Amino acid sequence: MTLRVNDLKVYYQTLRGDVHALDGVTFDLADGEIMGLAGESGCGKTTLGKSLIRLDTRMRHVGGTIELDGKDVPIADDKAMVPLRYHEISLIPQYAMSALNPTRKIGRMINELLRARGVRPVDIADELRRRLELVGLDPDVLNRFPIELSGGMKQRVVMVMSTLLNPSLLIADEVTSALDVSTQRAVAESLVEFRDREYVKSMVFVTHDISLVYQMADTIMVMYAGHIVEKASASTIVNAPRHPYTQMLISALPEVGTTTDQGRLEGIPGTPPGLLNPPTGCRFKDRCPLAFSKCSERPPLVEIEPGHWAACWKTG
Amino acid sequence: MSEIAGAPGTADAADAPEPTAERKTSEVLHFAVRNPKLLIGLGIVLTLLLTGIIGPFFIDHDPNEYVGPQSQPPNGEYWLGTTSFGQDIWAQFVYGLRSTFLIGAFGGGVAFVIGTTVGFVAGYKGGIIDEILNMLTNVVLVLPALVVLIVATAYLDVRGIFVQGVFIGLTSWPWAARAVRSQALSLSTRDYVDLARLSGRRTWRIITTEIAPNMSSYLVMSFILLFGGSILIAAGLDFIGLGPSNGVSLGLMLESAMKWSSLYLGMWWWFIPPGLGITTIVGSLYILNVGLDEVFNPKLREL
Amino acid sequence: MWRYIGRKLFVYLLTFVIAVTINWMIPRFMPGDPVRSMLSRASVGNPEALQRMNDYYTGVFGFDTPLHEQYLAFWGGLLRGDLGVSVMLYPQPVLDIILRSVPYTLALLLPAIILSWIVGNRIGAFAARKKLLDNTVLPVGYVLTAMPYMWLALLLAWSLGIVAGVLPTSGGYSPTLRPEFSWLFISSLITHWILPFLSMFIVALGGWAIGMRNMIIYELEADYSNYLQALGAPSRLIRRYAFRNAMLPQITGLAVQLGTVLSGALLTEIVFNYPGLGTLILQALNNRDFFVLQGTFLFVVVGVLIANFIIDIVYVLVDPRTRVQMTGGAA
Repeated sequence: MTLRVNDLKVYYQTLRGDVHALDGVTFDLADGEIMGLAGESGCGKTTLGKSLIRLDTRMRHVGGTIELDGKDVPIADDKAMVPLRYHEISLIPQYAMSALNPTRKIGRMINELLRARGVRPVDIADELRRRLELVGLDPDVLNRFPIELSGGMKQRVVMVMSTLLNPSLLIADEVTSALDVSTQRAVAESLVEFRDREYVKSMVFVTHDISLVYQMADTIMVMYAGHIVEKASASTIVNAPRHPYTQMLISALPEVGTTTDQGRLEGIPGTPPGLLNPPTGCRFKDRCPLAFSKCSERPPLVEIEPGHWAACWKTG
Repeated sequence: MSEIAGAPGTADAADAPEPTAERKTSEVLHFAVRNPKLLIGLGIVLTLLLTGIIGPFFIDHDPNEYVGPQSQPPNGEYWLGTTSFGQDIWAQFVYGLRSTFLIGAFGGGVAFVIGTTVGFVAGYKGGIIDEILNMLTNVVLVLPALVVLIVATAYLDVRGIFVQGVFIGLTSWPWAARAVRSQALSLSTRDYVDLARLSGRRTWRIITTEIAPNMSSYLVMSFILLFGGSILIAAGLDFIGLGPSNGVSLGLMLESAMKWSSLYLGMWWWFIPPGLGITTIVGSLYILNVGLDEVFNPKLREL
Repeated sequence: MWRYIGRKLFVYLLTFVIAVTINWMIPRFMPGDPVRSMLSRASVGNPEALQRMNDYYTGVFGFDTPLHEQYLAFWGGLLRGDLGVSVMLYPQPVLDIILRSVPYTLALLLPAIILSWIVGNRIGAFAARKKLLDNTVLPVGYVLTAMPYMWLALLLAWSLGIVAGVLPTSGGYSPTLRPEFSWLFISSLITHWILPFLSMFIVALGGWAIGMRNMIIYELEADYSNYLQALGAPSRLIRRYAFRNAMLPQITGLAVQLGTVLSGALLTEIVFNYPGLGTLILQALNNRDFFVLQGTFLFVVVGVLIANFIIDIVYVLVDPRTRVQMTGGAA
């Protein structure tokens, strides 16, 4: 088991009070698993991604534990996290286009980062070139400034840079949202390739694009309002979802391989609840067609069949 | 940033749907009354402004009149002492505050009107108009304002505060034009502006109804900076002897203090108050501006 | 690269032409007779001499020729390096008088700008580190930028010069000395230089510190800083990047602030009666010597333009983004 997250709670501090962005999240991630993390914006998926590597100043670890390869990940302790970062846990950020220092040549920036992390750049130079070629970049990009590269090229540079030390866990945060469709595919395929070559052991792929994640991920975890609602294999989530929220989310997608003239796309009526004073019980109950009295208690995330977890009283 | 989306959502759900504009105003107020920089800056500026407005009514003689004993240090009767001619420094200071605010408002106002107009038109129209205006802006930007003003006002035999204001305005608008231009440039590509343009609205109406309101906070801050800048330039001109003829201003007080050797006579009460007045007004304006920036710009709001 | 420089040069040339035109227009289009107004304060006892001066200046203005000829004649004189003849120091050429003052102004201005820029940037970067420090540096910085140059000059002259009596407060060197290359004269130059320099340095410092502090905070929140932090890079590395990137806009700021600092130098000189261009301007004004005034104006404008151009070139050399764009890098 690579990653084990247990009842994780991370809140945002704001002037109005705590925003319960992650409110008791429990899941496992196996070796070699690519997990898609899906949900509407504001559901906590980016917060979860950040929590695994670095809390920003407004985020506060309220409870729960994270274990990586059997060792505790002390996310509340910024200093103690440093040795894990990059070496064990790495990140491809949402803003990969602007993640490179604009005034440093790319090669120099990578070398300075490596040196700062206690790795001798010469030991890794050949590997770096190989991997750049693997993602279709000329190693000459190392002598260029970021401004000389296109968005897709920068994205790939960041992918290589982030995974250079073969981390156990890679968090890919909305890495495809800024790219055009063909580049999205290439990036997704490269990430799978990285996993296959064991450059990364396992991966959390944060996205709101379920059709993309369906093609590349082994499993999909769906979040809603700071809770996990369902986790299962990618095909199960797309073809046989059990949680009413997942069902509505999937039915809101255009069906793969069909055009949309038969039956129009429907969004999910209503808006997600605010997380400042979140409702008790199931957070989806106000929008859920199946809601009944029991839903005022929080449904536990239970394994309804092997490898398929859901948090709903109706599926239990 | 995106992940904080839960926070505002809550308020919406809890306090029933409010019009967004109103909500925004109340939010700004919420932060405004909690921002020490804004409150302190505003407090000082307003106190000095009131002193400048009300103070002169309590003075029954011309501020330049020789009313008292000469070269008196501050005392009960003459709060800030007297000049070597026996002029009441407190009276000059109070009138000087008034004209300092006037020149700030007037010079800053002229610069603001020119700067924002040039900036909006350049940023919104683009193309060749932008090129020309940009070049004009660059030209005026490189010319050292004070030196231009010295040459321009030197030939005037009689100088008034309004002429001074216009001249200052004419030379100090370029950076505001630049700043407004870049803002307008980014706003003019937004959807709602496109929509307005498609629906055939006139340029001027689009600028005033769609673009300007969306950067109002930015405009307010630009005006404050121009206001402070005008005060400083005017003080410089006054100090060189190009101030309003027979007028009273803080800069002119510094000039006469310098001219009549207050420094060597040890009459510190002559040159300290006017400079302190200018520094306090302009400094408070700047700090007020930082406060405003923090209030308007959510990124800078601290927890 | 050349296109960019050419463009800049064009703007500067245009500015120069406009400055010259303003210079030509002002005496001609302002109300009143410039020659009479100018000579009204000339203390010339001899009516014959006065008449000679009157004829000379009327001839220089060339009021009897059409306007465009006046304009061309003005340019002609300018390009020959002829800025006219001074009234207050008749018949000395204006150019000579200006050139005598320029070294003093430069001696104040250049060290004050460069040192305040360097020190201010350091202080600003340092302030961005700690909340407590930031809360002191920021207000102090704003108060300094809000200070009229001449006022701080007066305060320093009074406190250090008059009350403490440690430094001279007037002139460029001791009035008992004559300019020569001796230790005595040089030390006199230096002691007279300290106070005006110091007062300019201090006022200018505030602006740079604030600018740097704001820029560096912005850079520390930039995406690349966040990314490096997530990868566990030490804050030393991140700060180094942020500092360097924040320096670049500060170089442009140098060009923008040049006019303000220059004005400050002129005002400061007046307080210390320092024999540079500021004091010259004041004398010219008091004697209504418009030729000296306008000559100084042109001289200052040319100086500012040259300085701007140097800053532009430095910026291109220092910022890889513009450098790459201009050498037409790939992609």
